[in-house]
This record gives sequence, C-alpha cells and structure tokens, in this order.
Amino acid sequence: MAQFRLPANSRVRRGRDFGGAEGATAARKFEVYRYEPGSGENPRVDTYSVDMDECGPMVLDVLIKIKDEIDPSLTFRRSCREGICGSCSMNVDGTNALACIKPVEEVRGVVRIYPLPSMPVVKDLVTDLTNFYAQYASIKPWLEARTPPPPDRERLQSKEDQEKIDEPSACILCACCSTSCPSYWWNPERYLGPAALLQAWRWIVDSRDETTGERLDALEDPFRLYRCHTILNCTAACPKDLNPGRAIAEIKKLMAERQH
Amino acid sequence: MDGGERPLSPHLQVYRFQITMVLSSLHRITGLLLSVGAVALAWWLIALASGPEAYGVVEQVFAMWPFKLLLAGWTFCFFFHLCNGIRHLFWDAGRGFEPAQYRASGWTVVVVSVLASAGFTVLVIF
Repeated sequence: MAQFRLPANSRVRRGRDFGGAEGATAARKFEVYRYEPGSGENPRVDTYSVDMDECGPMVLDVLIKIKDEIDPSLTFRRSCREGICGSCSMNVDGTNALACIKPVEEVRGVVRIYPLPSMPVVKDLVTDLTNFYAQYASIKPWLEARTPPPPDRERLQSKEDQEKIDEPSACILCACCSTSCPSYWWNPERYLGPAALLQAWRWIVDSRDETTGERLDALEDPFRLYRCHTILNCTAACPKDLNPGRAIAEIKKLMAERQH
Repeated sequence: MDGGERPLSPHLQVYRFQITMVLSSLHRITGLLLSVGAVALAWWLIALASGPEAYGVVEQVFAMWPFKLLLAGWTFCFFFHLCNGIRHLFWDAGRGFEPAQYRASGWTVVVVSVLASAGFTVLVIF
C-alpha cells in the first residue's frame, strides 16, 4: 500500500549549519541528509558551504571535501569516481544520480543531497540494498541452457543477437532507477523494480539462453512485473542512459504474444 | 520495506516532480474521479428512461452552476484520461520510450486535453 508520509522515526529534522568557505567567491551551499544509527535521534539535514574554486566539479568531489576538511563523520559509498561502479548513487537535487558524474554546476541554488529514496538508511547516505540485490538474484542473472555447448568452441551469437544484449548488459546496478519508481516505493517487496526487470529482459532476449519460457513464467504475477505503470521515472533517472521502461514494455509484449 | 529500526529515506518529500510522474498520478486521479462521475451519468440515464418527470428533476440539478463546475471538472478528467490512455496504448505497443518522445507526448496530452475540455465546457456545458 502506498504510504505517502514517512514513518515517525524517519521524518527529517533541521540539523547543524557548519558554515565554511568564508570569503570565497564561488561558495555553494550543500544540504546533506544525516542519520546516526544508535543515536535514537531522527535523521537531520546538515548544511555545509564549499568554495568551488577549491574543489572538483562533481557532487562526489564536494562530499569528499566535506569529509576531509569539515566533518569526517559524513558517510557515503564511493569507489571508481568515473560512473562505472555504481556505488555513489544518491538523490541529488530531487533526482537520482551518480554523485561522481553529477556536476554541481547543473544544480541551481542550494544543492540538496539525500540517500536513494524509500530505502532503509544504514547511516547518512548509505542505504541497505539487501532487498534490491535479492531481487536481482531472483531473476537468475546467468545463462541457463539445456543443451551442452559445442565441444570445440563457445556458444556463439550473431552480431545482431549480441546487439540485443549490449544495452541491458551495460547496467551497473546502482539502483538509481528502481528507487526513482513510485511503484517500487509502494511495493518494494513484491514488485521487482526496473533494475531487476531490465536484467530479466537481458537474459530473456539472449539468443543462447534456453529458458525464456520459465523466465516469463516467473514474471507472470500481478506484482513482480505488472506493478509497472509506465511512469518512466526509471528511464529518466538512469545515469547510463539505459531504458528500463522500454525493456519492461518488451517483456509485457512477450507475455501478451505468448497467450495466442 | 521493513528496515527494523532503520529510518526510511525520503521519497515523495524530496523527489523532483517531473512530467513522467505527474502525468502518471494525474491518470490515476482522473480515472478515480471518472468512476465517481459514472454515478452522475447513470443517474442521468435512469432519469431519461423513467420519463419526463424524473428527467425534469435531473435537468434542474444539472443546470445549477455548482453542478456545471463539476461537469466541467469531469470533462477535463475524461479528455485527459482518454488522451493519456492513447499514450499508454503506444507504450504497450513498445513505441515512444525515448526521453524526448515521452516528454513531447506528455506535453501533447496536456495541451490537447486542456483545449478539448475547455472547448467542450464552453460549447456544451455553459
């Protein structure tokens, strides 16, 4: 069921203003969601000022600078800093993005940084992705074949067949799409969400996979697949410019076609 | 999601309202309002079938301006739901998924449904 309000323990309070960047000409304000586990306190929003002349251009650069120079307790995930690992996904200026490839310049006014939406918060910008990964595992993200591979070589594909899986294979599982989806917000346990469904599609269209029927059977469910109402926040949010919305529509088309 | 003691991160409270999600919720809301409007439609049809006396009562009620406002609202709901429903049909056929396409089709739905319902309201209701 849709729960429009946050639970009582999740409502965000105003936190500290750390100031900083006094006398800077290129100062920007950052409001960052903070939650301290075990403190018994509600989440809060702290404010920091950063001189952009002294900082790299991306939101991740700012977070690292804040952690280094202003507030070492600020916690977030990051790794590759070039948009390929998917660790630093978060909500910046109201939409989900990878902090490492989101330029501060794109945001007007105060830059608001929150964790991925509608997820359990472990600490600050770190969310618990256990359910998200379990849903990914549930679509069996591996090749399933009944026939043995040729004895002398790999299972080959035509160039056209390979192109069908190029785009969905580029997904980095950052969860930007799934956590942008209102259907996923309201039914995170029963609806698989755009990321898992994009990967389901990736194995459904794989010419080497021989379990397309079983894969479709597993999705034939009022919630797992059909909670998608083509809102398309997913496609709008994807930092890799993939199109989970279209992949889900293609799965629905296959479902309809096999009824006849 | 049950995170035990863990707080749930903000969603509607922080997510930027974009044409994608705004039109989707409008589709749901107009659909709901139309099913309420179906009661008025049924009342009108029953009165029509029951004879001039019953129909006279309905005509009087429908001619009152607060009711005309309601009718104007339902008219917008009808045209919006119709236009956006056609948009959904294209999606069901696997078309119109490029961001430029779904934004353009969204704004088209807004413009067409506002114009059509305004025209209908002026010509037929008032």
